[in-house]
Amino acid sequence: MTGTTSAGGLHLPRYHREDAALRTPVGFPDYRSTALRAPLRTPVDLPHRLTEVTGPVLGEDRVLPHDADLTLRNGGEAVGQRILVHGRVLDSDGRAVPGALVEVWQANAAGRYRHLGDSFPAPLDPHFDGLGRVVTDSLGRYEFMTVKPGAYPWGNHHNAWRPAHIHFSLFGRAFTQRLVTQMYFPDDPLFGQDPIFNAMPAAARHRAISRFSLERSQENWALAFEWDIVLRGAEQTPFETDDDGDVA
Amino acid sequence: MGEPSVNPLLVVPGVSEPYQPRSGRRGSGFLDGPLRLGTTPSATVGPYLAIGMTWPDGAWAAEEGTPGAFWIRGRVLDGAGDLVADAMVETWQADPDGGFPSPEDPRGAAAYPGFRGFARSHTADPPGQFAVHTLKPGRVPDGAGGLQAPHIDVSVFARGILDRVVTRIYFADEAEANAEDPVLASLPDDAARRTLLATPAADGYRFDIHLQGERETVFFAV
Repeated sequence: MTGTTSAGGLHLPRYHREDAALRTPVGFPDYRSTALRAPLRTPVDLPHRLTEVTGPVLGEDRVLPHDADLTLRNGGEAVGQRILVHGRVLDSDGRAVPGALVEVWQANAAGRYRHLGDSFPAPLDPHFDGLGRVVTDSLGRYEFMTVKPGAYPWGNHHNAWRPAHIHFSLFGRAFTQRLVTQMYFPDDPLFGQDPIFNAMPAAARHRAISRFSLERSQENWALAFEWDIVLRGAEQTPFETDDDGDVA
Repeated sequence: MGEPSVNPLLVVPGVSEPYQPRSGRRGSGFLDGPLRLGTTPSATVGPYLAIGMTWPDGAWAAEEGTPGAFWIRGRVLDGAGDLVADAMVETWQADPDGGFPSPEDPRGAAAYPGFRGFARSHTADPPGQFAVHTLKPGRVPDGAGGLQAPHIDVSVFARGILDRVVTRIYFADEAEANAEDPVLASLPDDAARRTLLATPAADGYRFDIHLQGERETVFFAV
């Protein structure tokens, strides 16, 4: 028991859990791959203790300067419509999440991923690998330059196509805040037939769609899309009060 | 107040209407509840997660050569018992002294030599298997005056899973501590508890994750 810390007076945040009607379920029958993979038993509630309210510090040392520009790889320029993707990372109590690692990956402009498992016969782009990494600034802002990903077919159902999307992975500050999601583009005609998009509850789908931004579009260079990401926020509540003597 | 007013934040826009979190509410000038922005819904990592989520040093929660470090190796299996060769397993845990390398720890961020606390392992090579190099975590307070048993929080991401699933690794050779652990005590029976026990192996421990099936691992709602 050496090295353990006595439990007195710890005040831990409890992270707000979005209502189930606004969360993506783990499984969704129309998305066929969930059938054998999404757990079937009801998950057990895990109260938030130290392991859940802490998280790794991952920041600038995981990011190189060129990681914020996906259009320049392998000594040349990627083909496609240049877009500046930008926004803020917030938590649900409205606070910016600064210094947070944001990992993104996506298909190229033709809808092809640089991955051995992708057999869609669309061209690979020697100057596009589809990987970006950025860290949010002191106000929680992020931005990266890329090309607009193409839609691509997949085998889920007849003539199934994924709407154009960019994958995002975020850590936040705490284990409870971890989020992997996908950003979509406005008015995509493929939304209606896509079970991954439609697995999100109807009332939450708009939260996954970016907004076209003429203000941030760069004259003679790139269009811009804005997308704010909201992680779970903390509700400050006393975690333990047994030897709590710090009342003012 | 005459007719019931509609809170504009409760009106769901169509999917073509862009959503932007707001920095405040409009109305009387008084908040009628806590300010709460809607959280971004999760989505599957899809089959090409390796592009964005793999790190050369991913497996190393503890650096190579850290005294006392070992490997936790295991498989991820689906409901048919087949290996899941495109999952990402992430781990987060305390150091051997029970501290976390995180400023979010109200006791202060710990700095155990060579220890990052976090690891991630893609189950591609060998197919369906993950491996993380780490240290046995110490016991950390349970919030009720006791101590939790040594444990590791685990997130599993994969194609076919629309939100991460969360479990915990405990250690089969910590029977005394396990018997006092409030999370293990909250499980219905020993069969459920056994799904969370890593068992000693040649170079560390072994821990399989069953996404479904008779031996479905206990997953947690966090």
